[in-house]
Amino acid sequence: MQLDHRARQLVRYLPVLPAVLLLLVFLAGPVVWAFQASLTNAGLTGRSARNPEWVGLENYQRLLADPAFPLSLGLTVLFVGGSAVIGQNLLGLAIALLMRRARPAVSSLAGTAVVAAWVLPEIVAAFAAYAYFSKDGTLNQLLGSLGLGRPEWLYAFPMVAVMLANTWRGTAFSMLVYRAALNDVPAEISEAAQMDGARGWQRLLFITLPMIRGSIATNLMLITLQTLAVFTLVWVMTAGGPANASATLPVLAYTEAFKFGDIGYGTAVASVLILIGAVFGAVYIRLLKEPRP
Amino acid sequence: MTAPVRTRRPAGAPVLRPERKQGSTAADAALTLVGACFLLPLLWLVLGSLDPEAGHETRVPRTPGLDNFAAIMTPELLFQPLWNSLVLSAGTGAVTLAAAVLAAYPLSRYRSRFNTPFLYAVLFGTCLPVTAIMVPVYGLFVQLELLDSMPATIFFMATTTLPMAIWMTRNFMDSVPLSLEEAAWVDGASRMAALRTIVLPLMRQGLGVVFIFVFIQAWGNFFVPFVLLLSEARQPAAVSIYSFFGQHGAVAYGQLAAFSILYSLPVLALYVIVSKGAGSSFALSGAVRG
Repeated sequence: MQLDHRARQLVRYLPVLPAVLLLLVFLAGPVVWAFQASLTNAGLTGRSARNPEWVGLENYQRLLADPAFPLSLGLTVLFVGGSAVIGQNLLGLAIALLMRRARPAVSSLAGTAVVAAWVLPEIVAAFAAYAYFSKDGTLNQLLGSLGLGRPEWLYAFPMVAVMLANTWRGTAFSMLVYRAALNDVPAEISEAAQMDGARGWQRLLFITLPMIRGSIATNLMLITLQTLAVFTLVWVMTAGGPANASATLPVLAYTEAFKFGDIGYGTAVASVLILIGAVFGAVYIRLLKEPRP
Repeated sequence: MTAPVRTRRPAGAPVLRPERKQGSTAADAALTLVGACFLLPLLWLVLGSLDPEAGHETRVPRTPGLDNFAAIMTPELLFQPLWNSLVLSAGTGAVTLAAAVLAAYPLSRYRSRFNTPFLYAVLFGTCLPVTAIMVPVYGLFVQLELLDSMPATIFFMATTTLPMAIWMTRNFMDSVPLSLEEAAWVDGASRMAALRTIVLPLMRQGLGVVFIFVFIQAWGNFFVPFVLLLSEARQPAAVSIYSFFGQHGAVAYGQLAAFSILYSLPVLALYVIVSKGAGSSFALSGAVRG
């Protein structure tokens, strides 16, 4: 009876099998492979490509000794903090709040402009951002016409350029999340506070924001994970340069593995990135599991 | 069957929008400024594509014309890469949708201790940064001799979008009432037959959203084909545009802009279809909310 029930349960769940197989082979497989390969001297070509040797934690020791790695870790934190947590998140919230006050036509036009940067294929957005920040690009045309000089953004301030570009590219997501969240806030509560004499910013700080804190947490986690994985934008704009000055972890992992042909070392960098993603992912799922207010 | 209950103001009650009157003009101005800032980088694409002598700067073309578009309209430069993109994206969409529908059915229809852990494990899969996995995936593909293989790349791309697709599909499937299926079972239909003839047609709009969602992601994906597809004949537009314009010394910026526009048009059109048809917030809520 017990067995019969379990057998039927198994048959019922048979359709899940193709998805599970795909996820095991192409997602779990590479992750396991990464941790294993990061302990070898696997190369892109030559003898070490066919018969990688076990080198233990040597790649990780190199990571700690290599000045490029702490720099890259710091740049990644700066990139995520500056362009996602501050840039996309605050700008997205501000746009969503403004949209509730502005005329519908204006807010839908502005919304379309913000979403356009997000919907475009990433390589096109990257080319557009590259042209925008290049020496005689649109930004310098504007600054020059105001008499503010024409700095070489991509060489002198590569991180500023890629952070602004990523804010431009990704704000639409936060804006859409916050628009949906703000629509769910009952107007009565805000109105009651208004009657009690609360000012605009007081209502925002003490009523609206606490009511959408679930969405804020979800949004922060998702854009952090998305921004951690950004490669194309940085690669096209600066390729991590000049001299690693904008090499975030994905770019560093790619450069080490494919430009310098050291797959073992590249996967060690990738493994660190996977671990960081896993920690944020675990926190995100804990947040989702908690009952919503 | 519990329909989603929402607290709605009873019809006829006065709709007060706080601060509508006093804040309006300032908000209009601020939003106009924000919108202009977001459009500015795209202005170069449009103007540059019409300017045969385009450079980095944004300017009104001195001799506007469609020369750039004419120059790139060749089979090897435009049509082959776009065809490859189409095969890659449609293939990814089809594989993802098939696997997601099959997986979503038991998750939506049976109560089991297995469901919640499985769904959270799948969600955890979406959290892993795909770019971090590309170096190991390359290594894996070398060992399995799958490098430069279109089907293998399709299966990999399908896997990366699968977790999100399973969540969205399950949410859409949950909104199809069970009672309709039960009627079919009484008539002797098997579960899979009921899925095919009753459930799927009822959720076709949701399936369309999932397919388009996956298609847009695959169409715009640069890094995965960049690493996994090596021969020029198989590369999609995202990679060919990079290798053609990124690695040739003298860059024809006007042609780059024209190519970018032609390559972006299908995605823009699909996005408009989804947001007009189903509402983008609807699709997003299917994706973001549990």
